[in-house]
Amino acid sequence: MRPSVILKIGARYMQPLLLLASIFLMSRGHNDPGGGFVGGLVASTGFALLAFADSVEAAKKALRFDSRSFIPLGLTLALGSGIIAFFFGKPFMTGYWLPFTIPIFKYFGVPALFDLGVYFAVLGVTLTIIFNAATQEE
Amino acid sequence: MKIPLIILPLLIPLATALLGVALRRHAAAQRIVSGIGSLAGLAAASALLYTVATQGIQVMQAGDWPAPFGITLASDLLSAILAFMTAFTGCIVVLYSFGSINEDKTLFGYYPFTHFLLFGVTGAFLTGDIFNLYVWFEVLLTASFILLTLGGSLKQIDGGLKYVVLNLISSLFFLTATGILYATIGTLNMADIATQVALGKHKTIMLTISLMYIIAFGTKAALFPFFFWLPASYHTAPVAVTTIFSALLSKVGIYVLLRIFTLIFVENTAFIDGLLLILAGATMIVGVLGAVAQTDVRRLLAFHIVSQIGYMAMGLGLHSALAIAGTIYFIIHIMCAKSALFLVGGVMRRITGTFDLNKMGNLARTRPALAVAFFVPAMALAGIPPLSGFWGKFQLVLAGLELKSYAIVVVALCVSALTLFSMVKIWNKAFWKPMPPDSEAAMAAMPPMTGTELVCMGAPIVILGLCTVLMGIFCQPVVEFLMRASEQLLNPAEYIRVVLGGGHI
Repeated sequence: MRPSVILKIGARYMQPLLLLASIFLMSRGHNDPGGGFVGGLVASTGFALLAFADSVEAAKKALRFDSRSFIPLGLTLALGSGIIAFFFGKPFMTGYWLPFTIPIFKYFGVPALFDLGVYFAVLGVTLTIIFNAATQEE
Repeated sequence: MKIPLIILPLLIPLATALLGVALRRHAAAQRIVSGIGSLAGLAAASALLYTVATQGIQVMQAGDWPAPFGITLASDLLSAILAFMTAFTGCIVVLYSFGSINEDKTLFGYYPFTHFLLFGVTGAFLTGDIFNLYVWFEVLLTASFILLTLGGSLKQIDGGLKYVVLNLISSLFFLTATGILYATIGTLNMADIATQVALGKHKTIMLTISLMYIIAFGTKAALFPFFFWLPASYHTAPVAVTTIFSALLSKVGIYVLLRIFTLIFVENTAFIDGLLLILAGATMIVGVLGAVAQTDVRRLLAFHIVSQIGYMAMGLGLHSALAIAGTIYFIIHIMCAKSALFLVGGVMRRITGTFDLNKMGNLARTRPALAVAFFVPAMALAGIPPLSGFWGKFQLVLAGLELKSYAIVVVALCVSALTLFSMVKIWNKAFWKPMPPDSEAAMAAMPPMTGTELVCMGAPIVILGLCTVLMGIFCQPVVEFLMRASEQLLNPAEYIRVVLGGGHI
């Protein structure tokens, strides 16, 4: 089955929007509804849309890096966020915040870093599964 | 910088697994990382065990949220002993894998997932929060499912499917029971649950919940009548994987039963203990009868796992200090002896090219060292003095006689005789009888073992064999130490005090 042209063009515009929306969701997760998990899922829908509307190759090209690389990256960020507390002599995962605000995240600290890790891990896992399933179907 | 000791046995396997995933294209680098990671994990777990033994129960409140609001990690002697045994088994299996896991499986992520499995199992032993325990079970279940189907042969997928479906059903029971518990009591911290349950306001519902937990963890531990998944799936994986499963997975189920029936559900003990004893007896008998009927080495040993789980449940059902110490002793003994037997099975397969006992023969003459390596753990499993299995069974039987539970004692002794019978069966078929003429060609076709294979596959077997001998000879100090662990379990006031009493790191 040839993908429809409208869906294909539409997906190209939708994908960056979904990516933006996912960053928005992820960046507010530590104080408001949202978070790394849902953010990662929304980001991967963008790439999944590309994969189905256009081709898996197009989606992989848009992602630039191997989807599997995001899994250790995300988990390492999450692990690293937990270890920070050891430098202050506190138990694993104790929350610390930067004293100033930064763009996008506003407040940035241990929970936000953990969320960022979850974001990448979810993105990596979801896309690896989707790309594998889509490739085997063809 | 101050790192709480209790979290190190968790962080090290996780970091090792992550490094392994990052290096997934380099088989040699993965082996090095995996080896160093396992040794570091063993060092951390030994340090934890030493600290718990000398300074008492260790607690960490994750995120510095005070109990019961945050997630608590807590390690008493039982947790520390089992975390140590997990790290030890990890080292042994990783060493064996160097000689037995091929390049393909390594590139598929064998080592990282082994460490994820160790991460999940250790987490289950160290957590003090019942929902967190559920999460650890998910971690270890996911990792074990991947390890079980690694390589993706049809037989493995078939076994893996049974494994995952039955384990998910038991997880569902676990989750439902935890949900009801949370709705009734409003806390998930195990020490806090224990104080609330002790008020005695919810006796009927607690009985229901504890029965649901018996179903959930009875399935995980492979107790009768929930054991079917184990013999259906374990023999399909590579030997190294089967070994780590047999040493760790069902023991996590037994550990949780030990924990909740000494800490939380201490009412209605007579009824629950009676039920556990019946299940224990049935598990022993069905397991050993299943084993007697098998001719595939791995299937035979898989049925024995079930049978031995019965002994552990027996100790819990008897519920005296001696019996629980006997259960812990038995867990350690099985982790050594049963792992050694699986590993010997792997070497037998490597030499003869088959797991089928009918197609083997004459190994005692052609491979005398292997015969000794089999004989020691096999006799330990059957319970021949002075090896470890004898003292384990001796403690359990003694505890049974003290409590006048004669029926279970008779069952335990008969099953022990049948265990000896099936070990003798392996001995006769694989080591003594002459080689069947038609399988000589198959054996000759196997390439001779290389030096690396010989060291990597041989050394773990020798170490485990020595452990069963040493545990038997130095039985007295070991049992005294385990009695301390057992007393700690039966008097949970100290555990509750340390967890809830603002015990910051």
